[in-house]
Amino acid sequence: MDPAVSPAAWGSSVVGRAVPDESAHLHVTGEAEYIDDAPAEEGLLHIVLGLSPVARGRITRIDTAPLRSMPGVVDVLTAADIPGANNCGTIVHDEHILADSEVAFLGQPVLAVVATHRSLARRAAARAAEVTDIEILPPVLDHRAAHEAGHHVIPPMTMERHTDASVAMAIAAAPRRLSGTFDVGGQEHFYLESQAATAVPTDEGLLVRSSTQHPTEVQKLVAAALGRRQNSVQVECRRMGGGFGGKESQAAQFACIAAVVADRTGRPARLRLDRASDDVVTGKRHAFAYDYEVGFDDDGRIRGLDVTLISQAGHSADLSGPVMTRAMCHVDNAYWLPNVRIRGFAARTNTQSNTAFRGFGGPQGALVTEVVLDSIARELGLDPLEVRLRNLYGSTGAGSTTPYGQLVVDNIARPVIDDLVASSSYRSRRAEVARFNAANDVLKRGLALTPVKFGISFNVTQFNQAGALVHVYTDGSVLVNHSATEMGQGVNTKVRQVVAQELGVPLDRVRSTPAATDKVANTSATAASTGADMNGKAAQQAARRIRDRLAEVAAERYEADPESVRFEDGMVGIGDVSVPFVDVVQLAYLRRVQLWSDGFYATPGLHWDQAAMTGHPFFYFCYGAAVSEVVIDVLTGESRVLRADLLYDAGRSLNPAIDIGQVEGAFIQGMGWLTMEELRWDGGTGRLLTLAPTTYKIPSANDTPPDLRVALYDSESEADTIHRSKAVGEPPLLLAFSVLLAIRDAVSAVGGHRVDPPLRAPATAEEILRAVTWVKENSPD
Amino acid sequence: MRTGPIRFWHDDRVVEVHDLPSTTTVLSWLRDHARRPGTKEGCNVGDCGACTVVLGEPRTTETGTQLNLVTVNSCLTYLPMLHGRALITVEDLARMNGGSLHPAQASMAEGQGSQCGYCTPGIVMSLWNLWQEQKSVGRPHTRQQLADGLAGNLCRCTGYRSILDAAERMQGMEGAVFEPGPALDALAATDSSGGFAYLASGTAFWAPSTIEELVETVVAHPFARVVAGMSDVGLHVNESLADLPELIWTARVDELRVIDRTQTHLVIGAAAPLEDAWAALVAHAPALEQMWLRFASPSIRHTATMGGNVVNGSPIGDSAPVLLALDAELVVVGPEGTRRVPLDQFYLGYQANDLRPGEVVARIEIPLSAFSRDLRAYKVSRRFDSDISAVSAACALAVVDDRVVDVRLAFGGLAPVVHRAEQAEAALVGRQWNDSAMRAAQEALVADFSPITDHRATAEYRMQVARGLLERLYRQTSGLVAAESDVWTRP
Repeated sequence: MDPAVSPAAWGSSVVGRAVPDESAHLHVTGEAEYIDDAPAEEGLLHIVLGLSPVARGRITRIDTAPLRSMPGVVDVLTAADIPGANNCGTIVHDEHILADSEVAFLGQPVLAVVATHRSLARRAAARAAEVTDIEILPPVLDHRAAHEAGHHVIPPMTMERHTDASVAMAIAAAPRRLSGTFDVGGQEHFYLESQAATAVPTDEGLLVRSSTQHPTEVQKLVAAALGRRQNSVQVECRRMGGGFGGKESQAAQFACIAAVVADRTGRPARLRLDRASDDVVTGKRHAFAYDYEVGFDDDGRIRGLDVTLISQAGHSADLSGPVMTRAMCHVDNAYWLPNVRIRGFAARTNTQSNTAFRGFGGPQGALVTEVVLDSIARELGLDPLEVRLRNLYGSTGAGSTTPYGQLVVDNIARPVIDDLVASSSYRSRRAEVARFNAANDVLKRGLALTPVKFGISFNVTQFNQAGALVHVYTDGSVLVNHSATEMGQGVNTKVRQVVAQELGVPLDRVRSTPAATDKVANTSATAASTGADMNGKAAQQAARRIRDRLAEVAAERYEADPESVRFEDGMVGIGDVSVPFVDVVQLAYLRRVQLWSDGFYATPGLHWDQAAMTGHPFFYFCYGAAVSEVVIDVLTGESRVLRADLLYDAGRSLNPAIDIGQVEGAFIQGMGWLTMEELRWDGGTGRLLTLAPTTYKIPSANDTPPDLRVALYDSESEADTIHRSKAVGEPPLLLAFSVLLAIRDAVSAVGGHRVDPPLRAPATAEEILRAVTWVKENSPD
Repeated sequence: MRTGPIRFWHDDRVVEVHDLPSTTTVLSWLRDHARRPGTKEGCNVGDCGACTVVLGEPRTTETGTQLNLVTVNSCLTYLPMLHGRALITVEDLARMNGGSLHPAQASMAEGQGSQCGYCTPGIVMSLWNLWQEQKSVGRPHTRQQLADGLAGNLCRCTGYRSILDAAERMQGMEGAVFEPGPALDALAATDSSGGFAYLASGTAFWAPSTIEELVETVVAHPFARVVAGMSDVGLHVNESLADLPELIWTARVDELRVIDRTQTHLVIGAAAPLEDAWAALVAHAPALEQMWLRFASPSIRHTATMGGNVVNGSPIGDSAPVLLALDAELVVVGPEGTRRVPLDQFYLGYQANDLRPGEVVARIEIPLSAFSRDLRAYKVSRRFDSDISAVSAACALAVVDDRVVDVRLAFGGLAPVVHRAEQAEAALVGRQWNDSAMRAAQEALVADFSPITDHRATAEYRMQVARGLLERLYRQTSGLVAAESDVWTRP
């Protein structure tokens, strides 16, 4: 069952090897420390939030006195107690740390109870509703309704490109047309470690330990909340117990509250949300609603596509703008859309403020086109794979320009699909599935192949920068710090590999340190799958600078050309001489040579015009494809993935074990999003009904397909990436489209593939049964 | 009952707890008091497995005293429940393995079984216990059994393939088999047998050891909450911060944990763990296996009880439909003596039952004759593992000469209480078992149930599924399809 590993010709190289995660040993012994595991500092205070019991209203009064008199309560904070800016909105400053005068969703923090023990703080905070007087206003919960009423968190966006006179005319002139709607639900991140931060007063400021993907933003917002300068706030993150985007912008609110408490009381303060509160307070993946119209020819080639995307932004902007931008940049997925208009609306609803989540809108953008292609295939009676192949981007020329104007120069979608079609026996299984369905009334099988093309880099050009700091000590050991945070994706391990490779030392000589704002300043979020790409490059530069200095020292000592000095296996080779790395390091120290260095990387060649929605936002594209086979029960709607074949292009993988882990994890997470994970709010009150693992179901061990075949595509990056590797964090999540479309195929089989199933996502058992019933009732006899 | 501190074996010694409230969770004790933060809080409601630890309970049989090792959720295990038991956490494993990683750990570390690492200690504990089990059984678990063993451990990062691979691999690796001697000796020396009362910080926890003592205690403390596994009451403590100053725990009454087969009945002690109770049921009716595996998680099944599930009376409890289809009777003991209550007369309304003050359910008795009918149990939920049913059904059918002579159709999730579909049953009895009879039963369901819409399912869906399950029953029992023909059928 070992995964197939790319046969990269790395030899004894550290890079490219499937080495275990740097923290694996600590994980399995329980020694890996997360925020709440740290020993309690002397006098540590615990903070628990009091939450709004209504989805929308005006706060008329908060009487904290009854809470203050409860056992163990040291302090109760409301908005008025924040000395600086009461804001945790990152781009638009529209989100309060603690609600001020208005509440905009049920679960919004209105007060913070500070107590000597967490249990005592919980008891007081549970009474928040009774001490908060709120004049209730009617909430808007549904994003379509909010959109129709004109409630948006950011201005609408349009991306349009047409070769004909207009997109509408291209559609009108096409031999065939389809129009329809589609919906996909949101998704709770369900990182196992909920949001947490500890703030510790120091003699000159504040040290904040935060479970965050973005220490710099936490630093900025904490400084602003305290009315201090950034240089007096130090933020650190050793590791997160999962992030998935949920700790990109939304960790800051809790760090800010802990910081305010520490600042007010002069005592260390810790805030960690319990699971249910985390689900109620924090934002999720954006649900999307779509309206589309497509014109195509008799072969299924798209002539024109007009699609409207409406996202459920929640009560504030958060990252909904960039999420929508990425969604619009991925409507094309792997396909040439000659005439296309994409309109994006981020609807304001009285729900949690939705945020980054693995894929960052990309999955929501690409999904609609996959559904449209599936419908086109059914309309024409073709295998959806054929329709997909006919619509793929070409490798050159007019058929390879994205709707936003970037030329696709690295297109390997076709060879990836061809490989997978062969390795998965797609065509013979298509026939087997048809035979199975002809012989079975109750169980129906479905099969689907979907490709993915995913743009790598932040759309916002300035975020594409990273820094690193490498220290070589006189015993030959190496310490590397960089601007990425570790959330399980293995970035620390990959960066260590890069540094060990550069210095030619064994991997165990190199250690990573926590991400910290006092080491590398002004970092970007660890997001957009760019962590290893950018920080690998930055760390490589830092290590290379040291190596070059060491080479000069060695060359001088042994009277050789610095260019000829080699660093390998812990040794330094100068001509025929080979000396231990540590000896050269010590020599360099004696000669007063700098044994540490910074490194910096800015992704080259990027530009983006947000107003025009054109540019070259991505350094390169990642590719992949998946085939899923499912079975459904038409009596109950239950479904199960029987087999999945995944093929992913990680370029020349830095660490195939980590990359395979990312591919599988993303696929199963995407499968959960599109099948069993369902967010429901009470239509009257706006209360989130599916929360915590009791009622919100993420995949468990038996949901992993019994037959799961995962491989990395043997290739190397066209772009000058770190060791020609490619990003892996987000793109494989889109491989799970194959599951949804296989389910759609199975539902379609109920009616002999003559009508298009009105299946929405998530395709829960109930949703599948609804679609099955519709197909039964609407198929011609 | 002797009053005293809680004594349990942990970290190679006997730990005494004198002063913490009885509703202190083992998780909280580990993290906040014992400085053992390796065990994680993921959800605090027993649904994610991040807090999994192993409990060892001394069990005396003819062959001597053994330490029965099971995984539990430390967030739903309360300190007094440790009394007389051994507690093993992730920090102990390498030490007990001579200082090196145990196979459960090494296989995970080498095989990329962890990513963020937060769920890992819980998974490692489940794996450690699975490793010990396969050692004592003498043959490795199948991959499917390993997946079932991990059903209560959520991982959001890996997608589980690497964890299942690690689980398979560890079984071939050498490691230290747990040596129960020191724990058993140390616990024996504390003489923690018999009834036990723990009184601290304004809380009382009574753990009687005989039925008589239990009834006396219940009568003497009318405001005390009687608990068995505490997996449901615990939620009120952990989530709703309910004050439960008085608890009476039934699980130390050995007699209530006995599972026995008499000449006429299968007898399940009310405080027998669900895992043991389901094992006994499945031994008599293999078709119930899926219901067993899908009933909560292994960790919950190790502490929660079938008696608790029945008395709790949840409309979506999965024991009741099966027990109703099996004509189960409850044996109730109380101050007035013992009486038998047929399960189909036990529920009086939503979470209301026929128990009188001072009474407790002692046993569930199932007539062996009930197993002669063709028995099927179906569960429909969002997820296969450890999910609450939208609809569950248990059906018992006797067909003679093509005619239905006897039938039980019991449904959960369709009404405030689990009950039989009397109209649907009536539509079948005496009829030829064919498509039109099945359709008649489907039609009759509307007279039996008026389901509600909630976050799990709409009323319409529940009704449609209930009808669908009758069709599944028909197809499976009339030879139209293979005996097992749902999407979960295992290769």
